[in-house]
Amino acid sequence: MEILMLLLFVFVLAIFLGFELISKVPSQLHTPLMSGSNAISGITIVAAIIAAGLDDGSRMTSTLGFLAVTVATINVVGGYMVTNRMLSMFKKKDGGGK
Amino acid sequence: MSGSILINLAYIVAAVLFIFGLKMLGKATTAPLGNLVSALGMLLAIVATLLIKDIVSYKLIFAGFIIGGAIGAIAAQRVKMTAMPEMVALFNGFGGLASLLVGWSEYHRALNFHPENLDAFTMVATYLAVIIGGITFTGSLIAFAKLAEKMTGKPILFKAQKPVNAGLLAAAVIILVMGAMAPASTYPLFLIAILIALALGVLAVIPIGGADMPVVISLLNSYSGIAASAAGFVIMNNVLVVAGCLVGASGIILTQIMCKAMNRSLANVLFSGFGATTTASAAGAVQGEAKPITADDAYYILEAARSVIVVPGYGMAVAQAQHVVRELGEMLEKNGCEVKYAIHPVAGRMPGHMNVLLAEANVPYEQLVEPPDVNPIMTTIDVAIVIGANDVVNPAAREDETSPIYGMPIINVDEAKTCFVLKRSMASGFAGIENPLFFKENTRMLFGDAKASVTALVAQFKDAG
Repeated sequence: MEILMLLLFVFVLAIFLGFELISKVPSQLHTPLMSGSNAISGITIVAAIIAAGLDDGSRMTSTLGFLAVTVATINVVGGYMVTNRMLSMFKKKDGGGK
Repeated sequence: MSGSILINLAYIVAAVLFIFGLKMLGKATTAPLGNLVSALGMLLAIVATLLIKDIVSYKLIFAGFIIGGAIGAIAAQRVKMTAMPEMVALFNGFGGLASLLVGWSEYHRALNFHPENLDAFTMVATYLAVIIGGITFTGSLIAFAKLAEKMTGKPILFKAQKPVNAGLLAAAVIILVMGAMAPASTYPLFLIAILIALALGVLAVIPIGGADMPVVISLLNSYSGIAASAAGFVIMNNVLVVAGCLVGASGIILTQIMCKAMNRSLANVLFSGFGATTTASAAGAVQGEAKPITADDAYYILEAARSVIVVPGYGMAVAQAQHVVRELGEMLEKNGCEVKYAIHPVAGRMPGHMNVLLAEANVPYEQLVEPPDVNPIMTTIDVAIVIGANDVVNPAAREDETSPIYGMPIINVDEAKTCFVLKRSMASGFAGIENPLFFKENTRMLFGDAKASVTALVAQFKDAG
């Protein structure tokens, strides 16, 4: 129960932090930001790894875990790479302007 | 909570990297590094998780890494910049599906091996991860299909849609409560809840028009964060709770910013499709004759112009015309003309979509302006060139109270001395609304593919020079 309370505490603080973090963002960064935060939501891959890696002899849980790892990896890898592609265009522009 | 102190310390560092990464993503100069910082956090979290001592079978994990990694990498590499929004929607959907599968797997494991661990709180968290994850999954798929035009962008409506949705949601909540009270005996109900969530995702998104998909994707992005956070409570994992929550909270803020840009409330975006059938008839009343213009004539007007404003829209993205548009801008400047690019926040299919494309074409940042900066001086502008934009320059938003987009801030190109509209045909925009701009006295229609039209104009300037 103590761990639970601590987690809830952290959860509430993280909400406020999330609100503060992106309150002032220029509009041209909205798309990369959405894409970048989408990649972070792929953090569920951590839970997927645990679900797939615990060897309890149940085919059902490990199959579900395997599928979860696969789709979460798509989210993580694809998310970061797409964001990087979008942002590299801004970098190029900054370089050209100088 | 499984894992040693070291693993938990790694999780804390990962969470800090996510926070800095998100913060840096909000500034143009630091954004590319911010994405790398956040990716480093993810790598750290994954490596730390692999070191948890309870994890013994790596075969499935690495198989998942390889398959998922290959799919993600190829998709991210192959996708065109114009199709970026739907790609993000698709990736986001997979994140939601992952949370659903995790919740399911953990529940199944607990039922079979240690049902005594299934308390009410864990069950609520499990149900939230599964239901929100499921809605995110199918909702994102529909958003993807609408943006990719694999299905109609128009709102899809059927009788009693609202009561059906409300009923399904109520059923999901009832199952959640029953599941929390009797975790061990409600497995069939749990599976029904999954089906309900998947159905809800579809039903909640199909009545929303294609033009509002950016807001929907942003909201679903927030959902997938909340689902991940809920999964974090299921397995009592701090980095999952924090990172998921950060995405959830920042996603909601971003959604609000986008709604504000359209001068609408989130509720209006999500439910206005239900009124679409009545407004369609009113909007059809726009009458008049559009005046076409040839590239030759357009060139003479542009050649004499001292100030030009370019308003890009999705049509520019589709035609991949951003590079020739930049070329035209340079030609005009050489000719002694002042050129600005007016970017509407919701032009294209995602906020900032146009900025990304123009940045790709090396348009200087200083030439990009937003509607509040350009509207007051619009009457002094010689020519406004609308390239494949429609709804964001539709004066109906200002004049026609019955229009579905009434009240949305637009770029007032109709107030410029002359307005060119580059368009393939007279078809209405993505929102399916007639545009009275095309019939105004000072509007000229330059029909054809945006890239071909602009290329023709550039050729004229080259010949003259």
